[in-house]
Amino acid sequence: MNKSWAIVNKLLPFSCVDGPGNRLVIFLQGCNFKCSNCHNPYTISRCKDCGDCVTTCPHQALTFINNKVIWQSSNCQQCDNCINTCNYQSTPMTYNYNIEDILLEIRKYLPFLNGITISGGEATLQLPFIEKLFQAIKQAEDLKHLTCFIDSNGYLAKTGWQKVERVMDGAMIDLKAWDTQVHKKLTGRDNDRVKQTIEYLAQIGKLHEVRFLVIPEHTDLQNSAKQLADFLIILNPQIKVRINAFHNHGVHGIAKTWPAATQQQIESFAAELKHYGLQNITLPSIYL
Amino acid sequence: MNMTEFQKNCYEIVTDPNLSPKQKANLLALAAENNLPYVDLDSETQNALNERVICDMYEGHAPYKPRYVLPDYTKFLKQGSEYLELEPAKNFDDALNMLTIAYHHVPSVTGIPVYLGCLDQVLLPYVGNLTEEELYPRLKRFWIMLDRNLPDAFMHANIGPTDNVICRVILRVDRELKQVAPNLTFIYDENITPESLLNIAIENICHTAKPHIANNMMIKKDFDEKGYGVVSCYNSLPIAGGGSTLSRINLKEVALKSNNISDFLQNTLPYYCQLQLNLIKARSEFLYEKSNFFQNSFLVKEGLIDATRFAPMFGIYAMAEAVNILQEKSSLAGRYGVDEDANQLATTISQQLADFIDNHKIKHAWQGKAMLHAQSGISSDRGATPGLRIPYGHEPDPVTHIMALFKHHKYYTSGISDILTVDETIKNNPLALVQICKAAFKFGFREFTANISGNDLVRVTGYMVRLSDIKKYKQEGSRINTTFLGSEAAEDTENNSYLCRTPRVISHEQVMGNR
Repeated sequence: MNKSWAIVNKLLPFSCVDGPGNRLVIFLQGCNFKCSNCHNPYTISRCKDCGDCVTTCPHQALTFINNKVIWQSSNCQQCDNCINTCNYQSTPMTYNYNIEDILLEIRKYLPFLNGITISGGEATLQLPFIEKLFQAIKQAEDLKHLTCFIDSNGYLAKTGWQKVERVMDGAMIDLKAWDTQVHKKLTGRDNDRVKQTIEYLAQIGKLHEVRFLVIPEHTDLQNSAKQLADFLIILNPQIKVRINAFHNHGVHGIAKTWPAATQQQIESFAAELKHYGLQNITLPSIYL
Repeated sequence: MNMTEFQKNCYEIVTDPNLSPKQKANLLALAAENNLPYVDLDSETQNALNERVICDMYEGHAPYKPRYVLPDYTKFLKQGSEYLELEPAKNFDDALNMLTIAYHHVPSVTGIPVYLGCLDQVLLPYVGNLTEEELYPRLKRFWIMLDRNLPDAFMHANIGPTDNVICRVILRVDRELKQVAPNLTFIYDENITPESLLNIAIENICHTAKPHIANNMMIKKDFDEKGYGVVSCYNSLPIAGGGSTLSRINLKEVALKSNNISDFLQNTLPYYCQLQLNLIKARSEFLYEKSNFFQNSFLVKEGLIDATRFAPMFGIYAMAEAVNILQEKSSLAGRYGVDEDANQLATTISQQLADFIDNHKIKHAWQGKAMLHAQSGISSDRGATPGLRIPYGHEPDPVTHIMALFKHHKYYTSGISDILTVDETIKNNPLALVQICKAAFKFGFREFTANISGNDLVRVTGYMVRLSDIKKYKQEGSRINTTFLGSEAAEDTENNSYLCRTPRVISHEQVMGNR
């Protein structure tokens, strides 16, 4: 029996924005970036069992037993008081899933699925679990047609990718800034390893998509179209690029005052990327 | 001027500043019909009708034409028409011209035909040597004619299930023109329809919200070798026949009159089912025995329809409200569309309705029975959700939606108008919709209808947002910023919680909570 388990923030049986076709998406808890613009900041840290949230729950869904915060999902009304109380960018509302639990969920929704995607947080922080899960899927007769994807910030080292590359069909990688200083200011980390990830995954044919989130005045992507295009075209001129437009809905802290990216800004960035030779560019289907 | 009520009513219609002469003529005809006494009803049925627990869809007091007529257009083109003085069609242009003529002579409750035929199957024998590029302008003109001459969204064309040039050209034309009329159903059969054709149909849905996709494997079992057509609001009915009349029970009202679940199932629901059956019988008796429609229509005389192939439709609606009311009255917490016990209650209700129909023989009905129908609402409905749909704004993701409702579909032989709301991001990934459609059919959905355009709920990256909330927030936000600058920090906390909470609550994403 497999004792490996993961801390899961959320599992969705329907997603059309996390890879090809309809995908079951598993959002893992925990991230190694600290983006000021994070849309789901409560997924950044693991619960520290401080207990601050317990008393703020109006529905008695949280208890503090043996210095652990226990969440009773059947009482939970999803008011999110706990998330708003938390000082550690975390949530008590997570699930511990083992491989068998996840396989059960996948089988429940199987006819609807083209594949599964592990997202986050940062998925690769729980890499051994992902490796085992993908392996289990590839070995099961009824599941092996499902494609297995990872949605990642790209910070994982090459040796990490090498552990999952045999069982992973593709990855979507966010490149949050071109200049490493800008990247560091935005995320708390430099971007050398992100670029290495993009290069490596492209080489082994497992790079499904590179994602650019454009934040006016805060990312440098929109001013670096030539560098970005040059970097990617060497790898593969057909590389799939998805441009996302920043909006401040759901964002906490300073980034709440940042302006949203407009359709015009996104389209002129896309036009530049095209001008410099990138061919496969997907734009947002809506702007907020 | 001294006028009776009836005269006043007619006078108002005649002098109305906004109606066209044709619309006035239709309303005058309805006023005249409704000036007659209602078909004979017992007092209890009359009472339930007056209280609108059962509803006759305002079809009129004295039905003199069936509600939905589905002529055998294949036969019509093959044999021509004595009444319309038409020779059999010799080529494609003949065929289109003959259909154009025929549509003006097919009655329905609205006066505009609800069924245009399974057009690719009807027209294929007349393609001859015409190439796709020669068919295209002909079908495009035909499509424009339909929209301009017969502007009614209930008017419905069918295509499929085979892959053929007409089917593909119609999908191309429909996507290009983006007209409201005609409505379109693509009949899909996993053993016949190639995936490439399904993909085109789904691409069309992303752009035009049409076609609806009918699950042939599922629906054909409920019909005979002459087959069925999908008309109006996704009603499947026998070809060369149709639906004689449609009544519907407001399940919410029935639930309000019940003490609890068992009272509803044992007493009130059977009672109102019987009253609706009385209504249906009285109305179809008048149509068949008094109106002379079936004695007089050229469609009958020329074998294009057959009186024995019309079924009365036994409709219901407001299942969502009914189940939630009954759950509350029985002190149960589960909600319709979300919780297993509530969904199970709904399935029990559907099964009981189907059993009721199965156990009651009707004189004037195809195969001697009414057909169960989940009615998709009329514009005057308030506080009652169409058919079995999950109330607007509470719809779960399409996968959860299908899992909650698929068990019902086999009972509603004349159609169940579920609509799946899918956010616009699907436009970048139609493959996802193809997969969901195929899975829905595998689980037993009769028809797949997706509402994409104008969807308020949008999944952006990892979560859903409601566009109207954002708009509201933006407006309020700007007001707050100018009025309460000094208390910005306090407002921020509030806004944060609002912004953070909204997407997570709306999406009802915590599926594991129900494990």
